[in-house]
Parts: sequence; structure tokens; C-alpha cells
Amino acid sequence: MSVVEAGEDLRGQASTQRNAAAPLLEVDDLHTQFHTARGIVRAVEGVSFTVDRGEVVAIVGESGSGKSVTALSIMRLLPRLTGKIPKGRVTFDGRSLLDLDDEQMREIRGRDISMIFQEPMTSLNPILTIGLQIKEPLQIHLGMTDEEAQARAVELLQLVGITDPERRLDQYPHQFSGGMRQRVMIAIGLACNPKLIIADEPTTALDVTIQAQILELMKNLSRKLNIALIIITHNLGVVARYADRVIVMYAARVAEQGPSDAVFHRPRHPYSMGLLRSVPRLDRPRGSKLETIEGLPPNLADQTSACRFAPRCPFRIAVCDQEPPLFKTDTGSLARCHRHEEIAAGKISWTAAGGAGLNFAANTTAPVLSVKDLTKSFTVAGGLRSNRGVVRAVQDVSFDIYPGETLGLVGESGCGKTTVGRLILRLEEPTGGEIHFEGVNLSTASPAQLKAMRRKVQVIFQDPYSSLNPRMTVGQIIGEPLHVYKIVDDRKQANERVASLLENVGLRPEMAERYPHQLSGGQRQRVGIARALAMEPSFIVCDEAVSALDVSIQGQIINLLEDLQRKFKLAYLFIAHDLAVVRHISARVVVMYFGRIMEVADRDVIYGGALHPYTKALLDAAPVPDPTIEKEREPRLIKGELPSHLAPPPGCVFNTRCPLASQECREIVPPLEEKRPGHFAACIKV
Amino acid sequence: MLRYTINRVLLMIPTLLGVAVLVFFMLRVVPGDIVEIKLRGDGGSVTQETIDMERKRLGLDRPLIVQFGTWMTDMARLDFGKSMWTERPVVTEIAGRLELSLQVAIMATVIAVLLAIPMGTLAALYRGTWIDYTVRLLTIGGLSIPSFWFGMLIMLTLLSLFNWLPPITFTPIYVDPWANLTQLIWPAMAVGYRYCAVVARMIRSSLLEVMNEDYIRTARAKGVYEKLVVSRHALRNALLPAITVIGLEFTFLIGGLVVTEQVFNLNGIGQLFVQSISRNDFTLIQGMVMLIAAFYVFVNLAIDLLYAVFDPRIRYNS
Repeated sequence: MSVVEAGEDLRGQASTQRNAAAPLLEVDDLHTQFHTARGIVRAVEGVSFTVDRGEVVAIVGESGSGKSVTALSIMRLLPRLTGKIPKGRVTFDGRSLLDLDDEQMREIRGRDISMIFQEPMTSLNPILTIGLQIKEPLQIHLGMTDEEAQARAVELLQLVGITDPERRLDQYPHQFSGGMRQRVMIAIGLACNPKLIIADEPTTALDVTIQAQILELMKNLSRKLNIALIIITHNLGVVARYADRVIVMYAARVAEQGPSDAVFHRPRHPYSMGLLRSVPRLDRPRGSKLETIEGLPPNLADQTSACRFAPRCPFRIAVCDQEPPLFKTDTGSLARCHRHEEIAAGKISWTAAGGAGLNFAANTTAPVLSVKDLTKSFTVAGGLRSNRGVVRAVQDVSFDIYPGETLGLVGESGCGKTTVGRLILRLEEPTGGEIHFEGVNLSTASPAQLKAMRRKVQVIFQDPYSSLNPRMTVGQIIGEPLHVYKIVDDRKQANERVASLLENVGLRPEMAERYPHQLSGGQRQRVGIARALAMEPSFIVCDEAVSALDVSIQGQIINLLEDLQRKFKLAYLFIAHDLAVVRHISARVVVMYFGRIMEVADRDVIYGGALHPYTKALLDAAPVPDPTIEKEREPRLIKGELPSHLAPPPGCVFNTRCPLASQECREIVPPLEEKRPGHFAACIKV
Repeated sequence: MLRYTINRVLLMIPTLLGVAVLVFFMLRVVPGDIVEIKLRGDGGSVTQETIDMERKRLGLDRPLIVQFGTWMTDMARLDFGKSMWTERPVVTEIAGRLELSLQVAIMATVIAVLLAIPMGTLAALYRGTWIDYTVRLLTIGGLSIPSFWFGMLIMLTLLSLFNWLPPITFTPIYVDPWANLTQLIWPAMAVGYRYCAVVARMIRSSLLEVMNEDYIRTARAKGVYEKLVVSRHALRNALLPAITVIGLEFTFLIGGLVVTEQVFNLNGIGQLFVQSISRNDFTLIQGMVMLIAAFYVFVNLAIDLLYAVFDPRIRYNS
């Protein structure tokens, strides 16, 4: 044996020994920066953590906290020109990833570490077949022939639960639904039996029932194949259900990390504490008011030696001017807080925010809005071959909303909830049914009545980024309706009105001079609310008004909406897919599926004793941020996906996915019946 | 797809009919009369009687609507009439010139596309480096330098360096390929420069956009070779918008090379256009406009069909 070979042999032994004891992935003091025109953005600073073989680690944090950048740094997929890693080590399976050349790193990507991205709609190449995209890593990394790769691809599609795999391999991404595409992404990730999968917000774009299916699939596969999993998410419920360990990131740093039980039950960092308290929860009685973390995350282009969270921290003291190190805490976790011992001793805790509970409207008055048998169908042209179809987006929807009341409207994408909102706003003409607003039938109303109604009915949109005109200042956006409806006499009055509206939504009057791009997401949503309030409405449609916002900001906006409701006696139609948020804000809840109402009841009745199997499934699928509860309960998944709108199922629309479905369900369309006083459900089985 | 194609071909009829109506009546509105130019152009004195007779012979004395009707029915029988000036059939007049123009257009397209794809791709991949700056400088030049002037530069270079000029008479490719190519390569280059610049910039910008797409990140995360990321995943998507530009530029070259043809002394469609317009040769102008219009419509259809071939999301019949 030559000296060289002996040396290699020794190294080989050393590496196997190290592999047995050492963690699979070790990130040590990672720093990632983006060199932009506006200066250096320090996106990740001093992040260290380890992942063991087969372990599930979650990285949580709000947008801009550096969680995705951490993942891209590990994969070395940062933008070439701007992304830099000036400092840090990433050791994977005994190899230092940051020291590898591009070719060595390419060999690791997809083979040993794979990554699943957030947007299944855009993460697959639209002009290549699914088969090619799955076979690609197999042929590149494992040198498989086309037949071998084909066989493996079929196997992978079966593994991720896609039926008829041979045929589907020849299809293109646009022929798959969002959930199915994410399954394909997982299949690609699993293709070469990697040791680690990094999933960046894998289910954020998906509906809650599909989310449960995908996460369950990922967890089972990682168990079965002993694959370590890093899940990056902002959804604390997802973390609680799946993670062994949690890393909480805030403003480019690790705020706290430890076993998920410890972090969820005994958080030792004020940010984790605040985060857990500011999410509306399904598993706890609804509090009077959401507790929120005030303020905004810091700008990462600014450097500071103080604790990053100090400006928003209610427990800030003098020593917080110094950045704390990661302290080892009593729970075995690491927390970056000077006062972690006081937190452990229970000396400091978040005080419940003040504020009255919901004011339930007295239902004795006349409803402000009354919807009866509302139906909307769209004709879809089938290209030039005239196989036109009719899509019934909304069918026979009826409900009343009383002054000062919030009616929640929940359902998954494609259930028609947004169309209902648009019909009420008269952005769409209903195909059938009636809408009465303050006693006026809108389909027979005179133009003058309609104009008055348009002023009284306002809307807050989902996306605060695209719903404000980028070329208008905040003052102009809010002031425009004032001029259009001649609510004010002159410019001076308008400015005063804008200033008072800004104050109402918690913004400083100077904001009127700014443009939307200078504001954060939460601030933009506040501007959207101020714009709606400018018309002095009595009724506001909130269409997914908080779903694009981060958890801590979401809480602030929900509280604001509630305060305004009390102050101005507003009625809301709160359209959302997040069950916990709807539960928090609504007095009554309507559950929709596939264009029809499934169940209507008072909030506590729905969340406490839902009757309809779809409502039950929805509630089951939504994970709650408590690892003890989550790990104990066996998720009862509902199978399948939304049926095609062009070929709606006969009978009950839910029968294709319902666990109770029988032959009868496939024949009879169940009417919405009052099963108990004030509790309506459309199901013949309950 | 077949059904779609047939539909589109049928839709061409009203489009072309619209063009026919426009060109026919616009020509009649413009002042000037072919008979006057023909018989009195050189200052010759001709009696009104002769002129009237000539007008009668050419059918110009009939009511407009009748003239239009005759033209339409003739065209329906694929009879495009005779040139009012040379008395030769319009088809013969055009065919001789079209051969040359078409060849220049095809050669220019080949040159432009072959250069533009690597140029645009390299500029995008090495964005912000000297490669990118060189390509951008060259393409800005292509956009701003008029083709005929660039053509003159080529001629001057040929003359001063090699003391050689392309021949004046046109040799068809089937007669003497070498002579033909040495004659036409220069005008093809002159117009191909601009063409190449347009396409290269298109490819650069669309590739830059595509390289930021999520699916490129996915491909990299799969460990796909960088070369394959570019050629298989990015370039195929990035070339889609370039197809449109290539097609439209190509049709432009068929009839739009008036000055460049002059510079190189080529008897192409552009020259014929100028001649026939200055002579008010109605039938010939009409025939050429219809030809160019038909080209545009067909190339547009071809682009749309190519899109469907390259992009599976576009399917025209389901």
C-alpha cells in the first residue's frame, strides 16, 4: 500500500467516524449579505445551527427575517452578482460546502441536498414535460439510462400520490393543479434519495386541506427514508405539528432555538413569546383582543450594536443597547435575550392588552345587507372549438349582515367566496338572486340609489402591494374619493380629513406625502383601510384583508379593524381562508365549498360543534401552534382535491371527498337546513 | 391545431379584402395620372383625344366601383392584371424582383439570427461585464446606424481594400451560386446588422428575465449542469418573444429595402415599388401591396403556430 493510499484510507476512516457522531448539517456563524445599489443589506448575521440525520427542523420568522436566505446560502443559490457570504462555515456530511468549487457543489445539489420551493405554480419549467423534469436529476446524478429514469419517475409519482403516473409524465405543468405540482416538486426532491431536503414555505400557496396532505406526505417520507428535513415557514401551526426542533429568526439573526416543546410552551425570548401570542388560535378560547408586537422589523441595511428586537420589545432595559449573545436557557434552548432568566422565573410576561370584547350587534334591527339566493355563473369559451361550459361560481347563497356585525366567510380557493364579495360590491352582475342593501334592492335600484350605495359599501383588498396606485401619494389615494363624492368643499378640508383618517388607522399625518413603495406591507394595508373609511361607509367587504401580512402585523391590523368597527358602527363581511383569523374577528361564520354554503352558525357554535363534514375537515386540517396537541392528534385527512368546475359532481358538491358520502349524496343536492336554532348546514347525514 | 389553422386562413380573406379596398381607393385619391405621365411626361404634346383613348384602353374611364369590381373578380381568378406602364403581367414583373428580395431577406435573417442568439445569450449571462457592454454597444450601433449608410461603408471598404465591387447585374443562385452569393452577401449584411441588433437585444432582455424565474432556481437546485440550465431551461423560454420580432423583421425586409437596394444597385421589390409609385402604375402597386400584405398575414400565422409548437401552454383547440 502506497503512502498516498494509506493516507486516503485514514481520511476515509476518519470521515466515517465523524459522520457517525457529527450532525448531518452544521451551519456555523453564517453571514450573508446583498450588495445592492442602496448599500449592503445584511440578510443573515451569525446564524448557527445543526441538523441531525432524519431530524425535522423548522426555521420560523417573518418576511425579511433571513430564513429563506439561510437556505439559499446553504445551497449556494444566492444571486451571483449581489449575494455574498463573507463569513461562516457550512459543513454537510463532513464536507465544507462554502469551500467547494461550483462543479462539486452542483454534484451535491439535487443529489444529497434537495430543495422544495414555495410557489408550485412557477417553480416548474412551463415548456418541459413533468417527466423530463423528474428524470433530469436521475440522469445527471445517477447516470441512469432513459428507461431506468422513466421507471424511477413512475415510482416517484406513485410515492407522492399521483395516480396514472405513466400518462402524467408526458404532461406539462399547466395541466396539474397547485397541490399536484407541489407533489411533483417533492418527487423531484426525492429523486436521488437525498440526505437532506430543505422545504421553503412548501405549503404557503396551498389550501389548508391540501397543505395537510402535502405536509403529512413529506413527514412520512422523511421518516420512511430517514431524510432530514428543514421546513422554512411563517406558520407556527405547521411548525408545531411537524418539527422536532425550532429556530426562530428575527432580523437576520437567531432569536431563539431549541426543541419545539420548549420553544412553544416555555419561550425564553420576548419575540417568540410575542409571536405565539399574536396569532389567533383555534385551540384556545377567543381573547378579547389580539396581543400584538407593536412597531415594524428593522431595516437590514442599517447597522446597530443594540439588540435587534429592542425597539419593539416591551421589556427593554438599559442593557438592551448591547446585542446579547445566545444564552443557554433553563429549557435547554438558546435565546438571544439578556433577560432570559427573568423570563424563566416568570418575572416578566406579556400583559394582556386592554380593550373590550366584540360588540355583538342586537339582531333585532334590520340587516344592513341581505343576500338571497345569489347565483353567479360564468360562461367559459373553449377556444375556437365551441365547447363552451358554464361555471357556477356561486349558487344559491343567502345570508344577512346586521349593523356593527362581522360575518366571516371561509372556504378554500375556488369556493366562490371572492365572487360573493364582488357581487355585493357590484363589480359583477349576479346571474340570479337578490341583494338588498339598507332595504334597497340593488337590481332594481335607481342610478342615484346605486351611487349612494357605492359610497356606503367599501372594500379592503388582499394585496396591499398592488391595490394602491404607485404614482399617487398616500394623501391623494385617500383624498380621491373625498373629491369624487364631494364630501369636502376644498383642498384644505380634504387635507384635514386625510390627516384625521390617517390618525384613525394609526399612521402619522406626514405619511400623506409618501408614495406606496415607501411603506411597509402593514402600513399599506392601513392606507387601504383609511381609503375605505374616507367614504364614511356602513359596510366594508374585507377580502383576505390580512392574509398577505406577517403574523405580528396581521394582529395589529385585526385589532385596528375591530377598533374601527366599534368606533364607526361598521359591518364587515370578512372573507378569508384562515380559520383562526375568521374565528377571532367574526360573530357569525359562513362556510363555503364549491360555490355553495355548507354551514352557517354563530362563531362559537361552528368552532365548537361543527356539523358539516367539510367544516370538520377544514378545522381538522388546520394545524394549531401547540406541539403537544399536534403530536397527539391523528390528522384525519380529507382525500382528493376540488372537483373541476366544468364537470361539477352531481348531488352534494362535497360527495367526492366526503367520508360520509353515500349513494344518496350523489343524487340529492342537500338543502341548507336549520339543524339547530340558528345553526344551518347543507348535509343530509347530520 | 388543424382546425385553428383553417380558421386563421379563412380569417385572412377579410383582412386582405380590407387591404385591397384601402389601397385601391387611396391610390385613386392621390393626384397624378399614369396616362398623363406616360404620354406627356417628357414634355411631348399629345391631344386630349389620344389621352382619352389611352385612358379608355386601360379602363380608367369606367366608374371606380366598376374598376374595383373588375380588379376583385380578376384577383379571385388569380389574375393580377398587367402593369399599366410596361404592359407585362404584374406577376412577371414582381416575380423577377421577388426572387432577389426574398433571397436577401432570407440571408439577412440567417446572418442576424445566427449572430443574435449567441450575442444576446452571452450578454445576458455575463451581464455587467465587458462582454455585455460590447454587445450592447454593437447593438445600439445597429439600431442607430441606417442600413444604407452601413451598406455604403461596406462598399467603400470593398473598394479600397480589395479594389472590388459587387457586379451590377443580378445572377440568380441557380445560374452561378458563387457569383450570386458574393453579390448578395453584402446587402444581406448591411440590413442584417440592424436586424441582428433588434433580435439580440430582445434575446438579452428576455433571457435576463427568464434567468430570474423560479424554475431556473429549481433547475439549479436539482444540480443540473449550468450549460443545460441555460440551453434547455432558460433559452427555450427566452426565444419565444424573439420569434415574433424575427418574423416581423423578415416581412419588413421583403418590401422595405428601398434605399439599401439603391446603394447596392439591386433590382428588388423596393426599387420596383418606387418606380411604380412614381409612374402611378396602379395595377402594379396594387399587386405589390397585396403581396406584401399576404406575406405579413402568413408570417403572423406562422409565428402563432410556432408559438404553439414551442409553448405547450398555448393550445389552439382545447
